[in-house]
Amino acid sequence: MIEPMDFLLWVRGTAFDVSLSIFVIGIVLRLFEILSLGRAANLAEPRGTEFGPGMKTILTRNIPEAGTFKRQPLTVIAGYVFHIGLLISLFFFVPHIQLFAATFGFGWPGLPTPIVDAATVLGIVGLLAVLWNRLTNPVMKLLSDKEDYLVWLLTFLPLLTGYLAYHRMVDPYPLILGLHILSIELFLILFPFTKLMHTFTLFLARWYNGAMHGRRGVQS
Amino acid sequence: MSTATLERGLNALREQIDAPVAAFFSSCVNCGMCAEACLFYTETGDPKYTPIRKLEPMRLIWEQEYTIAGKIKKLIGLSEPVTDEMLEQWQELIYASCTLCGRCSLVCPVGNDIAFMVRKVREGMVASGNSPPDVQSAAIRAVKIGSPMGIRLKALQAQIKHIEADTGLKIPVDVEGADYMALLSSMEVINFPEYVESLAKIFKEAGVSWTLCSEAFEATNTGIQIGSTDIARELVQRVVDGAEKLKVKYVISPECGHAYTAIRWDGPNLIGRPFPFKVVHILELLDELRASGRISTKDPSGEPVTFHDPCSIVRKGGVVESPRHLLDMVSTNFKEMPDHGKWNWCCGGGGGVSANTDAEELRTRVFRRKKSQLEESGATTLVTACANCRLVIEEGLEEYNMEFPVTGLTEMLAEHLVTKEEA
Repeated sequence: MIEPMDFLLWVRGTAFDVSLSIFVIGIVLRLFEILSLGRAANLAEPRGTEFGPGMKTILTRNIPEAGTFKRQPLTVIAGYVFHIGLLISLFFFVPHIQLFAATFGFGWPGLPTPIVDAATVLGIVGLLAVLWNRLTNPVMKLLSDKEDYLVWLLTFLPLLTGYLAYHRMVDPYPLILGLHILSIELFLILFPFTKLMHTFTLFLARWYNGAMHGRRGVQS
Repeated sequence: MSTATLERGLNALREQIDAPVAAFFSSCVNCGMCAEACLFYTETGDPKYTPIRKLEPMRLIWEQEYTIAGKIKKLIGLSEPVTDEMLEQWQELIYASCTLCGRCSLVCPVGNDIAFMVRKVREGMVASGNSPPDVQSAAIRAVKIGSPMGIRLKALQAQIKHIEADTGLKIPVDVEGADYMALLSSMEVINFPEYVESLAKIFKEAGVSWTLCSEAFEATNTGIQIGSTDIARELVQRVVDGAEKLKVKYVISPECGHAYTAIRWDGPNLIGRPFPFKVVHILELLDELRASGRISTKDPSGEPVTFHDPCSIVRKGGVVESPRHLLDMVSTNFKEMPDHGKWNWCCGGGGGVSANTDAEELRTRVFRRKKSQLEESGATTLVTACANCRLVIEEGLEEYNMEFPVTGLTEMLAEHLVTKEEA
């Protein structure tokens, strides 16, 4: 029988180092895998430029087009709610920032814990709404495959275990804290090899889209 | 062309995968928002028409052969291969229910250019023998006869004779050293010869030196529609040869959507070198003539008129303001449709759909989108700038028993043109 404390020490030590390494190396590999495919030079005389419109599209795709939003508000709202909840609880919880500072040597100010706590609840509720949408919306139901549900779980578990750990809702505490860290490690390990990669590749995708349209004189 | 096989199809798909495609597939989280941008989904409610799903054959190849996890999954037998049956089943999704209108590409939250990828998947469909027979025959006619509708030079010469006799205008053919070489779409030769007459009238007034080319008058490019680089290249090469022979400075793309994509944006890439001439869309040229004061109009109509933006010219071509400037010359009561300009909805017949009899019923169903747009516009006349849109819309209006005259913008401008005699 492994003691909860030994488990916590292991996930905070070896397991963390290994998963963080896989995360970083994996992302570099995946980005190389994409960019090394290159794209053919375009010989048609351009009407507009590529770089500026590409950068602009990176920003503008954060806002949905009004008509599309009206037809599918749940996808947009639930998507926003869970992403914001997730980002606040990940990047503005003081112990998280301390861990970043200890690992990478720099930190930033955090938010008061009640705000982070509320954000976590938002994140959890948002993710549940996203799951419900995926299971019931006919388009999403048809599109979704096992990976979509896997990445949902990988995102949900850290929020849930984090909430349980912070509120001391599981005894012993080292066990739930250990499980929280383990869930993050699973997230880190699988991140580069699943759709979680969209976190990074969407910048490439939006830029290519904006650039290809921009060349023709259309702001996409 | 060599025989179509699954292997050739898969190879064609592999050749299409580049950095943008890999970035797009890596970013898709199956959110389904693209469905809401596609009239084939909004008008039928059938989730199978979700744009991103139409790319599944190429996505599978990408995942299995171009990603670490996919390669491992394939190695241990966890992946589903792309089969002939799958491609056959996808024919409807790739051809009958996608007009390459590109509206989904503007909506995708992660920025995927889905229409760009559908065009790429078509290369695999052609190489594997899964393109629709109707579009195939149109492509064969285009290569062998010179026009997808089977229209020969003789038919054009007959139309020219008619126009010259009726109007006293001169339609120049094969004039070496002219500034502009005008291209036509087969539909303009047969269904809308008014376009040719309008060009002659406007160019005469504006003093534009122009010509048609007897060896290269067809602007449409079935290779672009069906998704065959080989055919597309051959058809573009004819235009380039004609323009180089006549030593023109400009080639004019007519009121046809995909012809503009073919000659303006894909052309130089197809033949592998920049053009020694410039390509302009007729609306761009007319707008230039307007801006420089070389043409003027009279008696603008007060009747409410609206404009249908052809996808290939506006959203995918960047000619957005020119038609509006020109409409202001001929109308005092121009009304925009809801969702206009780059957000316009397709007529439902672009990208080869109107040539595909398998798509007829579906095309009529999805026309409801245009129907409601027209009703909401408050206009009584529709102007457009694409012969294919025009025919598709006229057919749709007839199907839904709507009285709504449709006209071409160039034609409308010619009607209101101030001639030298008058001035």
